[in-house]
Amino acid sequence: MDDFRKALLASDPDAAASILAAYLVDGIALDFVEEVLVKTLEQIGDGWENGQYALSQVYMSGRICEDLLEKVLPDESGSRKVRPKIAIATLNDYHALGKRIVYAVLRAGGYQLIDYGRVETGELARRVEDDQIEMLLISVLMLSSALQVKEVVTSLGYKGNKTKIVVGGAPFRLNRRLWQEVGADAVGFTASDALLLVGRLEGGHKNG
Amino acid sequence: MGDQRMTSLQRVLFTLGHQEPDRVPLFLLLTMHGARELGLTIKEYFSRAEFVAEGQVKMREKYSNDCLYSFFYAPVEVEAWGAEVIYRDDGPPNSGNPFISDPLTINRLKAPLVKQTPCLIKVIEAIRLMKKAVGNEAPIIGVVMSPFSLPVMQLGFEAYLELLYNQPELFKRLIAVNQQFCVDWANAQLEAGATAICYFDPVSSPTIIPRELYLKTGYQVARQTICKIKGPTATHLASGIALPIIDDLVETGTAAVGISAAEDLEKIKQVSRGKLSLIGNLSGLEMIHWSREEAEKAVKNAIAGAAAGGGFILSDNHGEIPYQVTDRVLLAISEAVRTYGNYPITLSVIDNG
Repeated sequence: MDDFRKALLASDPDAAASILAAYLVDGIALDFVEEVLVKTLEQIGDGWENGQYALSQVYMSGRICEDLLEKVLPDESGSRKVRPKIAIATLNDYHALGKRIVYAVLRAGGYQLIDYGRVETGELARRVEDDQIEMLLISVLMLSSALQVKEVVTSLGYKGNKTKIVVGGAPFRLNRRLWQEVGADAVGFTASDALLLVGRLEGGHKNG
Repeated sequence: MGDQRMTSLQRVLFTLGHQEPDRVPLFLLLTMHGARELGLTIKEYFSRAEFVAEGQVKMREKYSNDCLYSFFYAPVEVEAWGAEVIYRDDGPPNSGNPFISDPLTINRLKAPLVKQTPCLIKVIEAIRLMKKAVGNEAPIIGVVMSPFSLPVMQLGFEAYLELLYNQPELFKRLIAVNQQFCVDWANAQLEAGATAICYFDPVSSPTIIPRELYLKTGYQVARQTICKIKGPTATHLASGIALPIIDDLVETGTAAVGISAAEDLEKIKQVSRGKLSLIGNLSGLEMIHWSREEAEKAVKNAIAGAAAGGGFILSDNHGEIPYQVTDRVLLAISEAVRTYGNYPITLSVIDNG
């Protein structure tokens, strides 16, 4: 796992691919995802949170893992996790990096998810309803966008929707009370938090 | 300094010289609040140089601010390159879709001419009007995006990281074009009356890229750029951390650095004392909830952590205070610095728990 982490931190896709190839000689791709890849991405995400690593390393690691997984676990393989049904969006905000990182990390973690891109509040609530999304991940950079999460929550709540809403992005990292104020169900401070939160919901399904 | 009060400019120059002025200078880096002051929408406010100059002068009086801030909004620079700016009623104008959609077009990219670009001329005019209003009483802080951080708005963050890691030739070419623009833009502001330039460089923060990469990229760019700017500069990492690169920042030739609210001011002061002045580090995002007591406590802590010996300007951590922060909080900050920021400083850091 150390070598895999070093390869990701150095943004070396070839080294990461070699480690995966060596693992696949005796093991299977899904085990690699759960035993090595997810844990490594979690470590890198935690390292960013505590100032040990940089955001660019989190991003490049996620992208490398996403590419690796596309090869060994393509969508059509049927091996990806389709529950919970997850969607991700950037709300009224043109800053997409945070969403891209979470998307890459969850894809690398073997999850199937829908990317709504950049959407307005009304459209987001409508699509979540139409697609019967169980977990909605909203990423923002601007404070004014963060405050608009409240409108999405209200709109979905008004319709009796039970979608879990998880928020993330700089305003929520820098103001740790804000996620509750906008009525989200949870907050992710790193992309690996998203893995953890999705894993919890997935566990709920398995146990339910 | 005894009982004699300094002007804002004297206060700031003293502290940047690592000497203790009469009191800790306060930089409330307010932009959109000027619109509220003038009863305008944010879009109306930024439509005319006169409005921004008037707003800054009024806010300086209202909050006993020690500077005027000629920053309009972050995407003004990409607006100059032809990009879209999206206005909102409750937040800063935002950059729209990046104007470089194909990185290969970087090879043909040309920078706009500062003195022929309407949105930049408007900022220059606002600086002239501010200078006319305050003379040498208070510093006017101009702003540039660093050539190294501007590509986030030119290409989008994701595409820029891919370029930075995987396309060194295009990266080099883009930086060269941006560098000339940055120097021209900074010097035009100084020529119009700005006292110093805030060099916004968030991508250089270890929050965004590792130090090893910074030393090969953002650090080199800053060293080559800052020496061509004909006035003092302060580097702002816009909420990103600075501690692991403090000594590197000193070598870029910058005089001061904006500190993140996530960092321990006392610790940073220990390593920067006498070498680099600190600007910060009140959390703009926390301010939206603050009571008067919380504002006072935050001000006292910042002063206790970094003010002794000079080299410190009390400010927010991001370089732009959110529009949602109320007058009540801004006035509480202003009052607290005038009450507790007088030298010699006798405060000690209060438990944050």
